[in-house]
Amino acid sequence: MNLDAALQTFIAESRELLEDMENALLNVDLACDTGEAIAAIFRAAHTIKGSAGLFSLDHIVAFTHVVESLLDEVRDCRVVLNDEMIVLLLSCCDFLNGMIDGLATGNFESDPDTKAEGEMLLAQLRRHMACACEEPAEGALAIPAEPGVERIGDGGGEERGDNDFWHISLRFGRGVLQNGMDPIAFLRYLAKLGTIKAIATLPDALPLAEDMDAELCYLGFEIAFDSPADKEAIEGVFEFAADDCDIRIIAPRSKVSHYVDLIRALPEQAARLGDILVRCGSVTARELEAALNQQHAGEGAPGEAAPPQPLGSILVEGGNVPPVVVEAALAKQKQVSDQKAQESRSIRIDSEKLDKLIDLVGELIIAGARANMIGQHIQNAELQECTSILSGLVEEVRDAALELRMVKIGATFNRFQRVVHDVARELGKDIGLIVSGEDAELDKTVVEKIGDPLMHLVRNAMDHGIESGEARVAAGKPAKGMIKLNAFHESGSIVIEVSDDGGGLRKDKIFAKAVERGLVDPERKMSDSEIYNLIFEAGFSTAEKITNLSGRGVGMDVVKRNITALRGSVDIGSREGQGTTVTVRLPLTLAIIDGFLVQVGSSIFVVPLDMIEECIEYATEPGQDYCNLRGQVLPFIRLRQLFRIDGACTRRESIVVLKLGALRAGLVVDTLLGEFQTVIKPLSPIFSEVKCISGSTILGSGEVALIVDVAALMHTVGGRAAAIAA
Amino acid sequence: MSNLIQSAVNGNSNGNGGGIAAYGSNALAVLQGSGGPLPSQYLTFLSGADTYAVGILHIKEIIEYGSLATVPMMPACVRGVINLRGAVVPVMDLAARFGGAPSGISKRSCIVIVEVQGAEDECKQVLGMLVDAVNAVVEIAAGDIEQPPSFGTRIRPDFIAGIGKAGGKFVTLLDIERVLSTEEIVELARTTAPAFA
Repeated sequence: MNLDAALQTFIAESRELLEDMENALLNVDLACDTGEAIAAIFRAAHTIKGSAGLFSLDHIVAFTHVVESLLDEVRDCRVVLNDEMIVLLLSCCDFLNGMIDGLATGNFESDPDTKAEGEMLLAQLRRHMACACEEPAEGALAIPAEPGVERIGDGGGEERGDNDFWHISLRFGRGVLQNGMDPIAFLRYLAKLGTIKAIATLPDALPLAEDMDAELCYLGFEIAFDSPADKEAIEGVFEFAADDCDIRIIAPRSKVSHYVDLIRALPEQAARLGDILVRCGSVTARELEAALNQQHAGEGAPGEAAPPQPLGSILVEGGNVPPVVVEAALAKQKQVSDQKAQESRSIRIDSEKLDKLIDLVGELIIAGARANMIGQHIQNAELQECTSILSGLVEEVRDAALELRMVKIGATFNRFQRVVHDVARELGKDIGLIVSGEDAELDKTVVEKIGDPLMHLVRNAMDHGIESGEARVAAGKPAKGMIKLNAFHESGSIVIEVSDDGGGLRKDKIFAKAVERGLVDPERKMSDSEIYNLIFEAGFSTAEKITNLSGRGVGMDVVKRNITALRGSVDIGSREGQGTTVTVRLPLTLAIIDGFLVQVGSSIFVVPLDMIEECIEYATEPGQDYCNLRGQVLPFIRLRQLFRIDGACTRRESIVVLKLGALRAGLVVDTLLGEFQTVIKPLSPIFSEVKCISGSTILGSGEVALIVDVAALMHTVGGRAAAIAA
Repeated sequence: MSNLIQSAVNGNSNGNGGGIAAYGSNALAVLQGSGGPLPSQYLTFLSGADTYAVGILHIKEIIEYGSLATVPMMPACVRGVINLRGAVVPVMDLAARFGGAPSGISKRSCIVIVEVQGAEDECKQVLGMLVDAVNAVVEIAAGDIEQPPSFGTRIRPDFIAGIGKAGGKFVTLLDIERVLSTEEIVELARTTAPAFA
């Protein structure tokens, strides 16, 4: 297997797992089943550790190991998960993320710059674990009746966790003696690092006397080892023999399932090994059974403590495969098949491949449109029928291809749980986040680019929007502020709302500030929404004091710029004392849209079809630029005038009725040419100043048509009207 | 590349007869190399009444003037955009860029597709230049290139990289990065747009 590719998978998976872990951590107090959430956190840490081990990423393994150990204690209810620990674990997630990022940039060693941070986190983690040991009273309430853990073998009288010892499983290679090494010497050396608590010799591989070669080593050992040394040091003991030895080392406080895995990995009969493990004191029979029971719910009450003696003796005496192991095997099999089913439901694809596919589909559409046109030109009925079927299929292919790139916005939203949690702490405010509409889908490239603007908006809402707890109570609102993220589809675009139930925007203050900054004329009369939208101007901030988060006057204008760059729009609404809502409107995709072709003079323009409500015949009130649309006033824009296109108007002009949010306007054009699947081709940067054109496309005839940016068009015209009014 | 230009030059200079074609094949022979330091090669073309030259390494291809879509709200020097095998490429009117009247379209009008570096962080950009006629590929030795005079030229002095001597005549070597500078055109568009509004 290509290790590089596997590593990429590891990186991607680890990121996902860390994300899951973060979410689980944030929701652990909300979750009805805390155990389930903690188990999820544990699983994530454990999987990362395991996979990192595969790539010998020792720094990740070492760090994750400590995290995992703490989580294990939490899971076993030896330590109560408190707020402080959640924050610590979140920092650990960040740290791990940092390491994974480092890995992605090709850094396989721990980064010396962050080493201190890692050490600090580890120290904190250990402190929490130590807490549990030194002050058992604190955790005692959470501990279910689990008095005096039975331990077979040498208990040592220490009051630490159940499986405090390293467990070392040794299978010497046949040639050890021939190579001049004495297994006993290793064990003696091992004893220098700590105390061997129990040892079991495994003569299972020993053949019959007549077949035995006295120069070969047939022995194996299972050792319970108490030592403060780390895994590396213990591995070092066996360094010389490592090549032809099978050595497995299990850290103290490892999950029981590790032992189960070990049992399965070794060649000896499982039953015997299980028994030996139990006798070594590395794992108690009760634990083993409890773990197996947990995996296999319903098989006996979990609290039922089986005395260790029966398990050990039954396993040996029975001589057959013990039921617990069968259960474990079954459970394992089930897990594997579940996982497989999940894997087959989704495939991980390099996004570049998808981009290539979309590009090809784009070309296909252009070629299809050309064939269609030729068909119409030749007026061959059969050919026309063929091309019409073809274009129908191409349309489906296009939709399916675009669908591939669609991702749910939920993942983006969930990231904000963490942001809100952290920022609220930083600000000393009590703020919650409500998320809705997570299932709304949009293009992956849009999702990637919307994260930062949303982050700004959420931070802004928390910092400026939500008042302090006292102020809220004084205003008769609950002390806990709420930020709401909502997403929904509306006429071909996705709308994302960021709202808060804070103090709302102060119109007078904004206006005064804008006047002070010279952004508006003090005499000017402005509508509420115009005033609110002033906060998107560059260099605008009304916060009296600059905080860490916002108030520097950068941000809102950047938000607006980023969203406009995505062909989206942003709007703000507010009610003083009740809160503010920022509405971001984005196109669903960046690559291909359904367009409607119109012609003015010799130029052809594409209007996004989603923006079009209907087309009507041109008629007007004399001398006015509006018309009567079924009793309503419909203002219109003359494209010919706006774009300064030469030539006289045609005899029969048409009006395309556009709708943008609540706004409605007409667009006067010469000819309507019909629908067209538009592959958006970006325009050269030299056209960046042309606000009303968002891109270009190539028609079936090979001609270039420009795509009208309806939002910008309405804005330009609206802005001009305002300028005239002023 | 030289083949492309070769054919384009031949194809578009029928009016001038064999002389230029011969010159072209000369250039081709030089291109194919005979050791020694190669004199730089330039494509000469006509815009308005003047002959200009651009370093051949900037040039991607030369195409016939075809259907062109006008982009509204742009200064006159931006003629519009064309479809270059699926890519949308802006076309500049060189005569208008030099402050003259937009060039009329004749039988010999061509679009010279060039590649410019653009701003530092941006990748290379492909642009078209509308010229009245393409003449030939000439080689001009470095010694035959004079510094541009500080005044007395018909176009802005900063557009000129130098004055070359070819065939006993002066030819203006254009600094294509300056002439087709994206920032400057954006700036022009910014000042043009309000006039339309």
